[in-house]
Amino acid sequence: MGVDPIVTNLTVFVLAIVVGYHVVWNVTPALHTPLMAVTNAVSGIIIVGAMLAAGPVQIDVGTVLGLLAVMLAAVNVFGGFLVTQRMLGMFRKKNK
Amino acid sequence: MSANFVALAYLLAAVLFILALKGLSSPVSAQRGNLFGMIGMAIAVLTTLTITQNITYIILAIAVGGVIGAVVAKRIEMTAMPELVAAMHSLVGLAAVLIAISAFYNPVAYGIAQPGFFSQAIPPLHLSSRIELFIGAFIGAITFTGSIIAFGKLSGKLGNKPLRFGGQHWVNLLLGVAMIGFGIAFCITPAWTPFLIMLALALLLGVLLIMPIGGADMPVVVSMLNAYSGFAAAGIGFTLNNNMLIIAGALVGSSGTILSYIMCRAMNRSIINVIFGGFGEGVAAEDVGAAVQKIYRSGSAEDAAFMMSNADSVIIVPGYGLAVARAQHAINEMSTLLMQQGVKVRYAIHPVAGRMPGHMNVLLAEAEVPYEQVEEMDEINNEFADTDVVLVIGANDVVNPAAKTDPASPIYGMPILEAHKARTILVVKRSMATGYAGLDNELFYLDKSMMIFGDAKKVVEDVIKSLQH
Repeated sequence: MGVDPIVTNLTVFVLAIVVGYHVVWNVTPALHTPLMAVTNAVSGIIIVGAMLAAGPVQIDVGTVLGLLAVMLAAVNVFGGFLVTQRMLGMFRKKNK
Repeated sequence: MSANFVALAYLLAAVLFILALKGLSSPVSAQRGNLFGMIGMAIAVLTTLTITQNITYIILAIAVGGVIGAVVAKRIEMTAMPELVAAMHSLVGLAAVLIAISAFYNPVAYGIAQPGFFSQAIPPLHLSSRIELFIGAFIGAITFTGSIIAFGKLSGKLGNKPLRFGGQHWVNLLLGVAMIGFGIAFCITPAWTPFLIMLALALLLGVLLIMPIGGADMPVVVSMLNAYSGFAAAGIGFTLNNNMLIIAGALVGSSGTILSYIMCRAMNRSIINVIFGGFGEGVAAEDVGAAVQKIYRSGSAEDAAFMMSNADSVIIVPGYGLAVARAQHAINEMSTLLMQQGVKVRYAIHPVAGRMPGHMNVLLAEAEVPYEQVEEMDEINNEFADTDVVLVIGANDVVNPAAKTDPASPIYGMPILEAHKARTILVVKRSMATGYAGLDNELFYLDKSMMIFGDAKKVVEDVIKSLQH
């Protein structure tokens, strides 16, 4: 008897939530804004889904929507990582 | 490229994302963590490029979006971070909706239906794919419109006041039930009509859910939408059976959920209360005490400079008012001068000091305040009793002792910075007006307190002048 993909997906999802829970509680409160900015970039991973949507050779409504989604997600990926980088650069030690 | 290789590359990317978040446990490791995140994303995107077509168009789309993102990231003011974050949540939500529509339009491209379905009226999607498509689409839609409203409120374009109407909760409940109803209809018969109605209802619901929230609750809203945007990405991961999307989405989802919890705890409110209850509005400031003219002491910036330079230790309690007055750089200059005179200076940050989690820390960091000087509430609360001078600047409710002493106060139970325990308290304020919660603050009327009226930046600059003499 095979396992439905939805069950495998759910397994991965729940494990990732547990990992996320432990990792995020360890984030220092001082860096909660950069955390949110970097999670913006990470949720830009949806770009992979968008690329698959834009993938089929035949250009139709589906691929155009996919390309639009690629562009939106790219804003998040670049914007998120770069603004995080910029903020983290501000956190410096005394007597630098 | 073989499917196995692609899956392994995605696994590597997912691990790098976990390391990116893990790096944020300290400012020292954070930048390396961010680099891991970028590498992970690059691996994910490049790997995907090997299995799609239309590569030219895709790269073009990435370039356009990338340039927009990079320019915004470079130009954005740190005070505007909450708006930027909200805007980005809405992009993820919209992308999720577009992908869901596209996936339903052309399920073969995603391997969730067999080729040849074009001859049939209804794409032969598996039941599990339909359920996943429904969930991914509706979370994306709510995230999209909800974040647009949050963006509008944060940027001041919509006004920050909560908007309510009678029976609102019933309307929302009805819409929610209807949305789920059409979603189930879609799962039974995957056709466009129930799918699009379901989407439209979800878009409307996003607006209505965020509209009634405002004021001091915005940090919770931003964190909550952060979680939604992660779950939207995970939902699309379920639709596409893509583990990396599921992992990345789940990480973001738990991050946003934890931040929402931390913000709620910092205001002593439950998430249910934030979503359904009002705050910072309508709670008519009680007129008790209005009849009795309460007595407070006021002084000048010179007095403040004298007291702080003669102190052994000073704790500065900054609030968002400091950022509004653009006084961050001045306050750093002031504390540097004090430290040169041998005074121990630290900053005490309440979790809701800014407009999003950790916002005040970033604003101080931008003004080059060294992070060793900046302490969180739990770290510093025991130290107020041993402190000579506390300088409260642009903050109000987070130092209101009523939260500890007055069970009748609306903010009773909220954790506060215990500034009232210090030997002397200096409060920089424009006037005796109340804060977000519309409450009077006993702290201002203590014998050991002194009010310094004026614009935060002007006052701090005057303090600097007298310190230099």
